[in-house]
Amino acid sequence: MTDRWRIRLKVNGKEYEREIETRLNLADFLRHELLLTGTHVGCEHGVCGACTVLVDGQSLRSCLMLAVQAAGKEIATVEGLGDPENLHPLQAAFREHHGLQCGYCTPGMLMTLVEFLRDHPDPDEAEVREAISGNLCRCTGYQGIVDAALAAAASLRENPLKG
Amino acid sequence: MKPAPFTYHDPTSAAEVAELLGRLDNSRLLAGGQSLMPLMNFRYVVVDHLIDLNGVGELAYIRREGPRLALGAMTRQRDLEFSPEIAAASPIILEALGQVGHRQTRNRGTFGGSLCHLDPSAELANIALLHDAELEILSRDGSRRTSMGEFAKGFMTPDLGEGEFLAGASFAAWPQGHGWAFEEFSRRRGDFAIVASGVLLTLDSAGAIDRAAIALSGVGPIPVRLAEAESALKGQTPGHEACRAAAIAASRIEAMEDAQVGAKYRRHLARILTYRALERAGARARRLSE
Repeated sequence: MTDRWRIRLKVNGKEYEREIETRLNLADFLRHELLLTGTHVGCEHGVCGACTVLVDGQSLRSCLMLAVQAAGKEIATVEGLGDPENLHPLQAAFREHHGLQCGYCTPGMLMTLVEFLRDHPDPDEAEVREAISGNLCRCTGYQGIVDAALAAAASLRENPLKG
Repeated sequence: MKPAPFTYHDPTSAAEVAELLGRLDNSRLLAGGQSLMPLMNFRYVVVDHLIDLNGVGELAYIRREGPRLALGAMTRQRDLEFSPEIAAASPIILEALGQVGHRQTRNRGTFGGSLCHLDPSAELANIALLHDAELEILSRDGSRRTSMGEFAKGFMTPDLGEGEFLAGASFAAWPQGHGWAFEEFSRRRGDFAIVASGVLLTLDSAGAIDRAAIALSGVGPIPVRLAEAESALKGQTPGHEACRAAAIAASRIEAMEDAQVGAKYRRHLARILTYRALERAGARARRLSE
């Protein structure tokens, strides 16, 4: 018999309620149940970092958390960062500095860096490299991503996000 | 990719965990999920019942109890990393944690999860052995205490009987001014270590080693202490000769071999890393005693 639970949680500020199988992981829940396909699924065993989201403000690999464990929590995904007309400073910096090519790793990179820059607003290059060491990028190489993160940090120091 | 179906349980107290674990067949405890979830995703591990510890608040704590430091099994690695108590009492834990996975995995991964998974190269198992940690094991029938040395029974096999689970561990903090260093080698930063060496030492007023502890992980199937080398260090100045003697002892322990890493290379790493760790720990202790 399938074990199903009803959960309520907040994603990017919006309340959702769904009945799910308890074996469903958070990444698949976001993509298949809420149709928020911005969160990418790479290795599905916690190595690549593509599925990184924030849960109650902390980055984690959503392929290693069950959706049922996210009940009552606040999730932040890349969809909540900005939109094409109004990019988040990190997204703008990624575009400016060629921080992506195929874009597969980008949502995970962005969410990782959102947490990192929140806690370390003035990082040096080595700290940025350490911060993204759990996120694999297989095309642009990391230089553009590091440049983008440093530029975004500077821009956020100058114009902090409101709210 | 998802785990095979199971029945999920979300207890909120240790007593409830003990009751569920004692009653349910083919059940498994879920701590931070940074090892068990991949194993379940791959279906290497298939369970009928998954007992989630994440709602059991009483298993997550960092407490200073006089000279001892007590850590709950469900304490997140991130909370250890940012704890002022840990930084003050045992800074080697921070140095080791910096090499445990990545921020995203430490946000979720737990102290007790790592001890129970007992990967041969796990940094936190090394740290627990290095500090002679005393572990508290609970079950429906009560509680018992054991040492980390006894707990690490064999390759990825903790000494946990039917219905038993790890509640926490405590260990005596080393005196203020002790020297420490944690050295590891992995192919990429954040990957599993191939070999790691942790060293703690204190110096007497003449600058000679008064007490030393050396723990090696990733060499054999379980982390080990170099008891003989530790006692041989007593009374020596922490210079080249002392480091060399301990390093040679480290290179003589029996090493595992797998497709990627040969036994000879593991012993080589054990030698080099132990030399470096001891040298750095000695320098630190000297600096702190000046």
